[in-house]
Amino acid sequence: MYTLPSKLKLFSIIIMVLGLVGIAYGFLTAPKTVEDVKEIMAKQDAHHGEGHAAEEHTANFVDVARGEEGYSEAAMEHATDLKPEGHGVASHEEHVLHQLQTRPWSATFVAAFFFMMIALGVLVFYAIQYASQAGWSPVLYRIMEGITSYLLPGSVIVFLIVVFAGSHFFPWQNEELVASDKILQGKSGYLNFPFFVIRGVIYLLGWNLYRHFSRKYSLAQAEANNYDPYRKNFKIAVFFLIFFIVTEATMSWDWFMSMTPHWYSTLFPWYVFSSIFVSAITVIALVTIYLKSLGLIPFVSDKHLHDLAKYMFAFSIFWTYLWFSQFMLIWYANIPEEVTYFIIRIQEYKLLFFGMLILNFVFPILVLMNSDYKRIPWFVVIAAVFILIGHYIDIFLLVMPSTVGHNWYFGIPEIAALLFFLGLFIFVVGTGLGKVSLRPKNDPFIKESENYHF
Amino acid sequence: MASKKIHAIYTDDDLLMQAVKQTRAANYHISEVFTPFPVHGLDHAVGLAPTRLAITSFLYGLTGLTVAVLMMNYIMIEDWPQNIGGKPSFTFYQNMPAFIPIMFELTVFFAAHLMVITFYMRSKLWPFKKAENPDLRTTDDHFLMEIDAENHDVEKLTKFLYDTGASEISLIENEQDH
Repeated sequence: MYTLPSKLKLFSIIIMVLGLVGIAYGFLTAPKTVEDVKEIMAKQDAHHGEGHAAEEHTANFVDVARGEEGYSEAAMEHATDLKPEGHGVASHEEHVLHQLQTRPWSATFVAAFFFMMIALGVLVFYAIQYASQAGWSPVLYRIMEGITSYLLPGSVIVFLIVVFAGSHFFPWQNEELVASDKILQGKSGYLNFPFFVIRGVIYLLGWNLYRHFSRKYSLAQAEANNYDPYRKNFKIAVFFLIFFIVTEATMSWDWFMSMTPHWYSTLFPWYVFSSIFVSAITVIALVTIYLKSLGLIPFVSDKHLHDLAKYMFAFSIFWTYLWFSQFMLIWYANIPEEVTYFIIRIQEYKLLFFGMLILNFVFPILVLMNSDYKRIPWFVVIAAVFILIGHYIDIFLLVMPSTVGHNWYFGIPEIAALLFFLGLFIFVVGTGLGKVSLRPKNDPFIKESENYHF
Repeated sequence: MASKKIHAIYTDDDLLMQAVKQTRAANYHISEVFTPFPVHGLDHAVGLAPTRLAITSFLYGLTGLTVAVLMMNYIMIEDWPQNIGGKPSFTFYQNMPAFIPIMFELTVFFAAHLMVITFYMRSKLWPFKKAENPDLRTTDDHFLMEIDAENHDVEKLTKFLYDTGASEISLIENEQDH
């Protein structure tokens, strides 16, 4: 039986309060009028002096080979992807104003989604363990259930953000813009607000209902003297996985791809999924190591840790595979309507864009390749830190370039949102872990799982 | 020099595992064990050192990666940098995404094939190699443990092996070639 230590509880509450203050600060200090923006830009110019003038260019192209700047300006003129509010913009200042106003929204959304996706990914991993009748993992069921207890608050917050963000995130919600844009009109059968909200409600209901019932049956199994609750869990896990793979795809279209509604990519949902899944497994490993260090789960051995670390390793590579497949296909064909997505990411976010590859691919592959290292907790923790930071950046790069463009900065709103949701995550997961004994009973595979070794 | 070996045959892998553990505990030297299929944990019970094949494979993989990088850098960037469909052939890194499939495949190719060849060489396997089965039944359903009997009392050792559950025990004396 685990109880959230009072110090950790206090810590989580403190960073939640700090985070809330920071988020509020972010919203309150966002510029309100074009005059504010002009003032800010004047200040920046004064700071940076003449040498910075080049960056004021709206064109995002620098042709290194020819030593020319902005040679594709004409091609980019009508691309709304680099300016979410699109054609309706009267001036450059208005464009910047919109992006600066979007920034606190984006900062909150990135952190909110990052922690929500961990709970969601753990839920999927959990369902896979049931559906595949895994023999090694039943000892981890209570830990996974503890982490997924964050799904309900987390997903509600994410839902509220995407519903209320409006045209801050989703240019297709701007009616003026749609009226002047044939592409958006063509997509309005799918991208319209009522349907968008209905889809969101369906995702939330589906995911949270599965979480509710699987937890219920899993606890019922501990008291039962037959395997009926287990059978039910098996059945709903299969249906949840089917439901999830569909809703995950539409979720990533709705909440991420429609931020740049002129751009589309077919394997985008898989790419988002791989990010969700690898971060989730990483968090399972971290929580397992933490609980093991407290001596609360003697039935979990370093063999279980080894398996989790193998999953972290394999899905880091899987993520890289999908990242590269998406990047390389678009880079290779270089079709203007597709390539805008990567141009802004490479030109404005170069360090993050390529740094995340090192964090998400190179470090895990080097740290976790040796099979002995996968059984050493602090090695796994190091890899886990790399992976989690890397996938936070990944989500950051899904959202920020599409919403705030080159007006991004990692400052108070971003850090505050990260702190708030980290605190909330620790608090909810800690409480969720503490409700029942960490040792699942009567599961048909629990004996095999406790004696698991290879 | 004549060498004396004792071949003890078992009919069950659990029995074999138990016998191996007892033989090792009694300080007899097991020179070889023949089984029809991999017995889980047998290498550990016999006390074999862990294999280093995976390490060689990693090094071979790095070799393959280096070969791929050097090859394509020379061909595509240095030797004859043409404009092929507008791909940037000015530097290696600018055109790297196009090279990655080849870099990946060559890494895997070198890692896999060289490791397999290393395995053949280390375990002395090749076509036309003379098979070394001491007893044909060990490829079907029998397990054979071979023990050095050089410095031991054969009677005592036989009695010991009989107690471990061996179904057949035979003394092998052969003249070695060298």
